[in-house]
Amino acid sequence: MMKTMQNEPAAPALLDRRDERVRHDDSLAGWVRAFWDRIRAGDLGSLPVIVGLAIIWTVFQALNPVFLSSANLVNMLFDCSTVGVISLGIVCILMVGEIDLSVGSVSGFASALVGVFWINQGWPVVLAIFAAMAVGALIGSLYAFLFNRFGMPSFVSTLSGLLAVLGLQLYILGSTGSINLTYGSWLVNFGQIMVMPDPVAYALVAFAGITIFFSSYRTAARRRAAGLSSKSVGGLLLRAVIITVALEAVAFYLNQSRGIPWMFGLFVGLVAAMNYALTRTKWGRSMHAVGGNREAARRSGINVSRIYASAFVMCALLAATGGVLSAARLATASQQAGTGDVNLNAIAAAVIGGTSLFGGRGSAYSALLGIIVIQSIASGLTLLDLSSSLRYMITGAVLAVAVIVDSLARRSRISHGRA
Amino acid sequence: MSDTSHLLDPSRQPVLSLHGISKNFGAVSALTDIELDVHAGEVVALVGDNGAGKSTLVKILAGVHQPSSGTIVFEGKPANLSSPSTALDLGIATVFQDLALCENLDVVANIFLGKELNPFQLDEVAMEIRAWKLLSELSARIPSVREPVASLSGGQRQTVAIARSLLLEPKLIMLDEPTAALGVAQTAEVLDLIERVRERGLGVIMISHNMEDVRAVADRIVVLRLGRNNGTFMPDASNEELVSAITGASNNSVSRRAMRRKGQSRENEEGRP
Repeated sequence: MMKTMQNEPAAPALLDRRDERVRHDDSLAGWVRAFWDRIRAGDLGSLPVIVGLAIIWTVFQALNPVFLSSANLVNMLFDCSTVGVISLGIVCILMVGEIDLSVGSVSGFASALVGVFWINQGWPVVLAIFAAMAVGALIGSLYAFLFNRFGMPSFVSTLSGLLAVLGLQLYILGSTGSINLTYGSWLVNFGQIMVMPDPVAYALVAFAGITIFFSSYRTAARRRAAGLSSKSVGGLLLRAVIITVALEAVAFYLNQSRGIPWMFGLFVGLVAAMNYALTRTKWGRSMHAVGGNREAARRSGINVSRIYASAFVMCALLAATGGVLSAARLATASQQAGTGDVNLNAIAAAVIGGTSLFGGRGSAYSALLGIIVIQSIASGLTLLDLSSSLRYMITGAVLAVAVIVDSLARRSRISHGRA
Repeated sequence: MSDTSHLLDPSRQPVLSLHGISKNFGAVSALTDIELDVHAGEVVALVGDNGAGKSTLVKILAGVHQPSSGTIVFEGKPANLSSPSTALDLGIATVFQDLALCENLDVVANIFLGKELNPFQLDEVAMEIRAWKLLSELSARIPSVREPVASLSGGQRQTVAIARSLLLEPKLIMLDEPTAALGVAQTAEVLDLIERVRERGLGVIMISHNMEDVRAVADRIVVLRLGRNNGTFMPDASNEELVSAITGASNNSVSRRAMRRKGQSRENEEGRP
């Protein structure tokens, strides 16, 4: 499959292949060996979450055949988009090695703001949404100010923020306690009904596959032209085709019932954008550097305070966005919004997906994978008619296991020189 | 080892000159009235005991600390090194003792940290090529530039750190204890690196405790003691001269120990019939 031209002798060594001490795994067998070495060294990536997901789905499907039905999966996608967006913000803040414990409150406050501005004050809905998001960003910049100016640990500042913002939410909702959003408005429809038409879903998946192929093809061509090792075109094509076919199959299955929610499309779009920002921009590189070694980043001329500020603001902004989405999903802005397990689910999703609590490691896709795990557990337990008490206990246990895996993998990475 | 005759032309303007630099940490004065000149193509070794203020001086020049008083003149113009990035922009590169690499990033990312090409769509290919070029100019042997720095040895990390400091074509490069943690062969490699950097016409400030390394590459040896200038020596200065400048007067723990040993061996000889 992944046949390459590096195996042929005679050709002059490529610029990055001149050191004979390094093993280059180009063939399929080599790829498997390299993969196995990486796992053993603790560089787990998204493997634990995929294994975990397979176990969870098998168990719940065995207990209740409705679980993996198309209709239930579509519902799950609706549900996971709201907390997923919040979790994407958590990925940002964990990347620099800090934490935001108030994302639940911020999301609840944002949903309350949408209710108050839009329904009570009669603002246009778009303006109300932007106002709520702006308030979220403002809260984030307050945390950043406390952190950069006073050196207040983010753990403490956001914990007090959790309480203070929850207070604000209760205050603006007043005595009524909840505001119903107008049914039939596009915001509520977006959160409850709107799904992609079948052809649009297939086209979007195909577009994603083509983008994957051409961006990797361009990189490979440039590397080859520059005398660096590169992947073969056949291998890249095969990879793109496998991904596209798999995703088209998923789209086909989901289209058997309602189809792919636009809200989930928005979530995936945000994940893809964040992935690009974290891996392909200077900002993302700086985020990794600050999380890995703050002093080294500072001495390289990176404005560390600004990077921290961007992480705090991004986290709170995405939390507020998630809050708006959950208001749309529930068609209400209530005192309960953002309380309970929202906080923990958002943080757990990022960690379960493979973003390290210790900073400097992670990816935007961990929010997507992690929230699917969390939502699968929640949905499976609901289908089994288990009470929320059991749901909390099980979700808590899963989070504990995820953090243990993270800690063990980190220890192994250090001893294998991959920290 | 080094030919110093071309350096000592007094008419040439130094790349960097410090006048009356002082630095206080609270009641402690770490540096007092430091004077220092560095010319292009010259290796100045900065030596001194623990607490002599060498690292503080380097941190001031790197923009990590700001001096309490005194002036820094860089290329004939007074400079205000308010942050690490201003020092970098001026052309002062620093390789810190604690290396200051990000272990979670690969070699290319570390070399280009803070000065990535094409900020909104990182040009990984161009950066990788430039990284290989820099490393081969230094005749460095790094197995792969796409491995995390955590997997490299101490000497390889030092090489990466030096390569990174050369990326911006600096005028002056400072090395804080470049050979402290290295083995024999790796030390020789780093000393070779320093000579190659000098041949490129850069001013080099090197801090070291190892007199052998200092004498091997330095064109001038500047001694600090308790935060003050305590003499400038040529590399052919004797060990005793250097040690007494570093430790203070001739009455110090090193000379006392030497005396004691001499006395002991004499006693032993006398004790024997």
